[in-house]
Amino acid sequence: MTATTHDDHHDHGPAKGIMRWITTTNHKDIGTLYMITALIMFFVGGAMALVIRAELFEPGMQYVDPLFFNQMTTLHALVMVFGAVMPAFAGLANWMIPMMIGAPDMALPRMNNWSFWILPFAVCLLASTLFMEGGAPSAGWTLYPPLVLQGGNNLPFAVFSVHLLGISSIMAAINIIVTVFNMRAPGMTWMKLPMFVWTWVITAFLLIAIMPVFAGAVTMLLTDKFFGTSFFNAAGGGDPVLYQHLFWFFGHPEVYVLILPSFGVVSQIIPTFARKPLFGYSSMVYATASIGLLSFIVWAHHQYTVGMPIQGELYFTYATMLIAVPTGVKVFNWLATMWKGAMTFETPMLFAIAFVVLFTMGGFTGLMMSISPADLQYHDTYFIVAHFHYTLVTGAVFAILAAVYYWLPKWTGYMYDERLGKLHFWLTTISVNVCFFPQHFSGLAGMPRRIPDYAVQFAEFNAMSSVGAFVFGFAQLILAYVVIQSIRGGDKATDEVWEGAKEHGLEWQLPSPPPYHTWTTAPDIK
Amino acid sequence: MKIIRVLLAVIGLALGANAQANYALNLPVGVTETSREIHDLHMLILWICVGIGVVVYGVMVYSIMHHRKSKGVTPATFHENTKLEIVWTIIPFLILLSMAIPATKVMIKTYDTSKADMSIKVTGYQWKWRYTYLEEGIDFFSALDANSNRARQLGAKIDPASVDHYLLNVDHPLVIPVNKKIRILITSADVIHSWWVPEFGWKKDAIPGFVTDGWVKVDKPGIYRGQCTELCGRDHGFMPIVVEAKTEEQYKQWVAQQTAKKEAAAIDQGSNLADAAVDPAQSADVKKN
Repeated sequence: MTATTHDDHHDHGPAKGIMRWITTTNHKDIGTLYMITALIMFFVGGAMALVIRAELFEPGMQYVDPLFFNQMTTLHALVMVFGAVMPAFAGLANWMIPMMIGAPDMALPRMNNWSFWILPFAVCLLASTLFMEGGAPSAGWTLYPPLVLQGGNNLPFAVFSVHLLGISSIMAAINIIVTVFNMRAPGMTWMKLPMFVWTWVITAFLLIAIMPVFAGAVTMLLTDKFFGTSFFNAAGGGDPVLYQHLFWFFGHPEVYVLILPSFGVVSQIIPTFARKPLFGYSSMVYATASIGLLSFIVWAHHQYTVGMPIQGELYFTYATMLIAVPTGVKVFNWLATMWKGAMTFETPMLFAIAFVVLFTMGGFTGLMMSISPADLQYHDTYFIVAHFHYTLVTGAVFAILAAVYYWLPKWTGYMYDERLGKLHFWLTTISVNVCFFPQHFSGLAGMPRRIPDYAVQFAEFNAMSSVGAFVFGFAQLILAYVVIQSIRGGDKATDEVWEGAKEHGLEWQLPSPPPYHTWTTAPDIK
Repeated sequence: MKIIRVLLAVIGLALGANAQANYALNLPVGVTETSREIHDLHMLILWICVGIGVVVYGVMVYSIMHHRKSKGVTPATFHENTKLEIVWTIIPFLILLSMAIPATKVMIKTYDTSKADMSIKVTGYQWKWRYTYLEEGIDFFSALDANSNRARQLGAKIDPASVDHYLLNVDHPLVIPVNKKIRILITSADVIHSWWVPEFGWKKDAIPGFVTDGWVKVDKPGIYRGQCTELCGRDHGFMPIVVEAKTEEQYKQWVAQQTAKKEAAAIDQGSNLADAAVDPAQSADVKKN
């Protein structure tokens, strides 16, 4: 596209009013829509978590019926995974990938609009089950049969919601792959791609591979319940564990869908604030790709207790342990990036460092759980709850928070309030540990997960957890305030925002905020 | 009250002195050979992780303290070192190998249910357990005890701390002899449950239509408590497991007692079966009252 063909109305702005957001095909608008949706869902899912933690504050049943408690654990997970974390990363991808690779927009802008606008409807469909007779699904986010088939009318709604979420994710993934393959600026070779783009490309391939499997598995639930099939019913020749294999064939790569873009974000932020290039770029790319491949062959480590043959147990033990190698490489590379840098500690860097420290904690417990005989003890206890919250809250969510603080001045053109950002960081980091660290102990001591009430010897650790959870929850209001404040105004941000950031990515060569259309002329890549 | 107890717990932890504490921090060592081996394996990997953690976090803290702009350092420009990458790929691999070998040994042992002295079938129901002694012909249900059940109701004004073994007590515990290898066959009548006694070192899912198994050889008489560990519906949190391990003679007495009760019940039809709980179908009905 040359400037001469459109010079009479170049850089025209968006349509006015609500129609701008409904009909938009602009990657920045769609990115914003995704991010706002994610923030709202983060609070909705968080409110559900607080219902759980309120009930668990002390032994005895105080506030909710056990069935409603189970609905909360189920919806909390589904909303956080599909409503908050995945849309947040899709939002970051939409905003940043075209700007980072020197492309004017995403390759398939209309499909982009569609893939976003499916999302709110899918989430509403799921949330509507809360108001139905029998309530929302209460069999856990894994939707294991036969328990999930006991649910009333919520099942078809949950299943169709999963179908829609899957379609939305697949379209977003296709869009990202097509964009990165075809729209890189001349000179932006594969091994020059920013790590965030690399991790998203690999994530997008994972999504396309796994979403149909999940959609298929839940469809089999639907036909088992309503059309008399027996995929998961032993009495009809089926096997309930078959569902678990299908689910985790989706589910394990799915958790890497949540964490790989986090690796990407952190690999962008640490070099900027260490004022040093990323250490071991090519080994980072290979490590990410190997984690992606390994994610497909380790799924049954979620099922060590289902009575697999010993050969299966051992195979999945060894394969799972292998993941520690490329993950370790990533952590060592981040350390080497920090080493002998000239670091400063603005809020994005604080969140990125906390990510490395706390995600590594989750990595350690993950390694422990990969050992199948030990997992016969850990499985389905609070030790597991602690583990996956360290990887998904202090992992994925911290990476998203780091990314928001890192790129917010670029998006809005105004600096956020650094003092409030730091306050948000410290409150969040301390409270998240008060919340989840004690859960390691209660789990090892024998507290199963997904129970609404517990024996009195677990009381102290649960009370601590609940206090931490409430502080964590309310601390996130600071985030909402900081974001709104930065949209409304403040100190003007420079183009590069962070000292020397121009060295660390094309997005920092654009004005802050960037015009509605960017890179209509491809940039020069050195 | 509550807050003070929480603060006390925090202070207790900070001082590392949990002398007064009645809560546990770690996996129980357990009362079977496999549970002890699993505990040792757990401690081994825990300490390896702590070791790696000390090195990684140590390097990180050093870097954060010294390599900061406020100290006036100029950033280095290195960004690659193939030797280093190879080293930190191979060393973790070797560490993993050192964990995989003992893990394999323990797993093979845990899975070996052959040459059992006796077999007990465990069936999960929503929300209770049924125990069937395949050789002795004893068969009964085991559900949450009445005191816990009263105290766990929404809005019950009973302090859980005042209930003996709140949520970890049942009406009819599973009784087993010590020093006998017992094969436990596990299945379910409705949804998936999971049978777990931490002191035995393992849990196994109860899957409708399939039978899974595990084994125990308890070497200390005592009462061991556990819970269902697979979400199984509304009262998932309220189906505990209690196992009473008795000496050989005591166990024989108990079997004789149960058999006598069963015979008496068979003769005296229509009498109250609640205590004997020999007929599962009828005792289940009794419990519903």
